[in-house]
Amino acid sequence: MDRIPILKMGRCLLVTIQVDMDDRLATTLQDDLTERIAATGARGVLIDISSVELVDSFIGRMLANVAAMARVLDATTVVVGMQPAVAITLVELGLELPGIRTALNVERGMRLLREALGEQTTADG
Amino acid sequence: MGEPEVLPIAQEADVVIVRQRVRARSSELRFSLVDQTKLVTAASELARNALIYGGGGEARIETLTSGARRGLRVTFTDNGPGIPNIAEAMRDGYTTGVGLGLGLGGAKRLVNEFEIDSVVGRGTRIAITRWA
Repeated sequence: MDRIPILKMGRCLLVTIQVDMDDRLATTLQDDLTERIAATGARGVLIDISSVELVDSFIGRMLANVAAMARVLDATTVVVGMQPAVAITLVELGLELPGIRTALNVERGMRLLREALGEQTTADG
Repeated sequence: MGEPEVLPIAQEADVVIVRQRVRARSSELRFSLVDQTKLVTAASELARNALIYGGGGEARIETLTSGARRGLRVTFTDNGPGIPNIAEAMRDGYTTGVGLGLGLGGAKRLVNEFEIDSVVGRGTRIAITRWA
């Protein structure tokens, strides 16, 4: 498997990471997501990591990069479903994931995105 | 309970294999999920360092026993350029290359024992141990 699928739903892009990513696959996902945001004009990105058993510095940096690039392209990123053991390890490792919004599960993540997009629409109009 | 095993670290996919084997071995030793995740994450950082900075090397995984306690030790060896100033390299934020610079200091916090031995021009050996 050399690509992680990206789904489009309304104004959002959805990604579910279900494999143990090597660095190349993580980098490919980062590039693919950035291109898809630009190509589709998506306003929200939801990344489900509930199946991910490890977030090390490389994967953490990939998530932070996606959030930063999405922000530059006027999209909001939410990372959902981080396992407690992964969260504990990340904090001890010293990775703070700056600029990443998180939610406990997909449902809350979608609500967060809808709220973020709704606010933007109101502000725009 | 598991013979020592030696895994090559020559390409990115090998980093994934190392962490999968560390996961399997720590699960066999009935490490808690948090302990497994900490050791696997530290192993992932050090395997990547061996590949990127050390130009490749190997990881040796072995079970330790101390009285009733059991632990898992993973030793990373490379024949790379070595680390001139280990104290400086252990600091958070230190990097010489493409990494985040969290590798060594972060990995050390995730394990119970951390030994580093590096000779400039010869290579680096880092052993990490986590006890169940």
